[in-house]
Amino acid sequence: MIKKLAISTAAMAAVIGAPALADITVKLGVLNDRSGVYADLSGEGSVVAARMAVEDFKAKDKGITVDIISADHQNKPDIGSNIARQWYDVDGVNAILDVPTSSVALAVADITAEKNGVLIDSGAGSTALTREQCRPTTIHWTYDTAALANGTGAAMTKAGGKKWFFLTADYAFGHSLEENTATVVKANGGEVVGTVNVPFPATDFSSFLLQAQGSGANVIGLANAGGDTVNAIKQAAEFGITQAGQKLAALLFFVTDVHALGPQTAQGLSLTEAFYWDQNDATRAWSKRFMDTHGAQPTMVQAGVYSGTMAYLAAVEAVGSAADGKAVAAKMKEMDFDDPLFGKVKVRGDGRAIHDMYLFEVKTPDQSKGEWDLYNQISSISGEDAFLPMLDECDFTKK
Amino acid sequence: MAMADKTTEAVAVAQTTGMPRLHKIIFSVLLAALIVLPFVVYPIFAMKVMCFALFAAAFNLLLGFGGLLSFGHAAYFGGASYIAAHAAKVWGLTPELAVLTGTAAAAVLGLVIGALSIRRQGIYFAMVTLAFAQMVYFVALQAEFTGGEDGIQSVPRGDLFGLISLEGNIALYFFVLTLTFGGILLLYRIVHSPFGQVLKAIRENEPRAISLGYDVNRYKLIVFTLSATMAGLAGATKSQVFQLASLTDVHWSMSGEVVLMTLLGGMGTIFGPLVGAGIIVTMQNYLATFGAWVTVIQGVIFVLGVLLFREGVVGVLARWLKKPL
Repeated sequence: MIKKLAISTAAMAAVIGAPALADITVKLGVLNDRSGVYADLSGEGSVVAARMAVEDFKAKDKGITVDIISADHQNKPDIGSNIARQWYDVDGVNAILDVPTSSVALAVADITAEKNGVLIDSGAGSTALTREQCRPTTIHWTYDTAALANGTGAAMTKAGGKKWFFLTADYAFGHSLEENTATVVKANGGEVVGTVNVPFPATDFSSFLLQAQGSGANVIGLANAGGDTVNAIKQAAEFGITQAGQKLAALLFFVTDVHALGPQTAQGLSLTEAFYWDQNDATRAWSKRFMDTHGAQPTMVQAGVYSGTMAYLAAVEAVGSAADGKAVAAKMKEMDFDDPLFGKVKVRGDGRAIHDMYLFEVKTPDQSKGEWDLYNQISSISGEDAFLPMLDECDFTKK
Repeated sequence: MAMADKTTEAVAVAQTTGMPRLHKIIFSVLLAALIVLPFVVYPIFAMKVMCFALFAAAFNLLLGFGGLLSFGHAAYFGGASYIAAHAAKVWGLTPELAVLTGTAAAAVLGLVIGALSIRRQGIYFAMVTLAFAQMVYFVALQAEFTGGEDGIQSVPRGDLFGLISLEGNIALYFFVLTLTFGGILLLYRIVHSPFGQVLKAIRENEPRAISLGYDVNRYKLIVFTLSATMAGLAGATKSQVFQLASLTDVHWSMSGEVVLMTLLGGMGTIFGPLVGAGIIVTMQNYLATFGAWVTVIQGVIFVLGVLLFREGVVGVLARWLKKPL
């Protein structure tokens, strides 16, 4: 009897152990903005990136069947959370990807924890995802506002931009962005010579820019986002601020925004990103494939969806099933990833993915050789320096 | 609130007149359908439809029966959702008390804003309400407790009366069904009470109503407050369903959405706003996979609605049947 049992156990172990026979189905949901302000930087491009990840992971050869669905949350948390719940409850989705817009991301993070899925967020910037509202099933892949503030603030101050002046969008987000950056600037020996709160949303920045120009600052920090930043940069170009020697630093800005403005307007602007298509051979090769399908160069958010999906699939393969989101997320935190786009990535206990960030400066029209030839890389910031330290109560690997 | 109480008394007196048989049948069928609904479609989606149906019905009370076009109803809807979410999350109130707190806040807000805006008419009235709604939006954006653009997140669903857990979707569904269906029946009573008759008289001919001795401004203020209160009930309920309150609910586009729902379904009809809310929310939900096409399709449907059936879906139906719906 015991012998029989031993034999059958051994046989079972052999079956389970055979990797090629693993029969895993995974359903991924790409939830992002497909019609509003973030449609360019996430949108359909993120779905393309997720498909490329499934292809490159060779999921089929490994016996993993991956199904990708997508939806538009229209930047409304109620629509986003409705879709997320429905995906988990009815459609059997295992992981939700991308989710720009903090309010939607935070809502989806809660639902994901409740339903034991995995949220791999690439598009949202809120640090709350891995701090105040950290959840064991949340992985925050690409960036957060603190890392951008840290990257730009530290790197520029070290490079000689000691005196800062902030144009701050007058609401919680703007203030926290300013505060994060100001702390870093001061820690690196710089000083803040002035701050002006700009009503949100704003179209006319002229009086604020004049104040900034007259303040004697080396760097003007734009603690705002989206349309506000675009307006501020356009008007700064009209005042010739960067040509006059002051540096303009955008604290939350994407390559698609720079592309829309063009190097004539955006020249000299400093910004931090996690990825740029023209960094090395690997990013260029991948971006070319992306361009061929999507018709635009990838943003860091879209690249983040790709590498986040790769990492997720690797963890699913290691666990042997996608059913238990908590287990998959825990596995992702154990593994080391070497990614063609983000380089070495390590996921911390709180779900924060740690990788290098880069400070870029927008090229002048003379330097730019093509429509998408936009950035000069100034420096790289190591992940440990860029991201905020982990909060103890958010370290889920301990529990 | 004192005024609102008086009205509920009036409603209770008028109750004896009863409702037409057709309406009774429709309400019964509707209730039966709603009881079965969560077992057929996704309950969260159904709850969302009901919240918006109540919101649109509350708005319709003001526009369809009072003849007042408010362009700031998101203030009461969203304001109540913030207060209810805060009450449930920070003060730890049970769901029914949280909803009540939110609704009461909307009533006070409606009373104050109403008292100031009914002094003007037509486009000026709409602009004043919009201006106040924008002020509420900025408070929601700036205030400490609202969490800025992140909103109030992870609101606990809690236990009804401290006893019955609402964690399950079905339990929550019947809580929401009771609130919204009750709210819609209350609105129905208000419309068919003597108070409602006076309202319609004011809508049709204000100078005549004044000459008949009615204190028009008082009636307007009461209907404004009632409408704001019911919109608040809808918003507070929604915050419990989605466990969040966010800027979307106080944004001016939400005020626009409720106008769209009411017009599409049929302004001044009983069932129109419910149908309109159903159509719009269903589109937003089921067309979400089409991405950018949602807003385009919504626009096309609205244009078709205005061109082909100006009285709204239910309005056209009522004309065919030659019976008020």
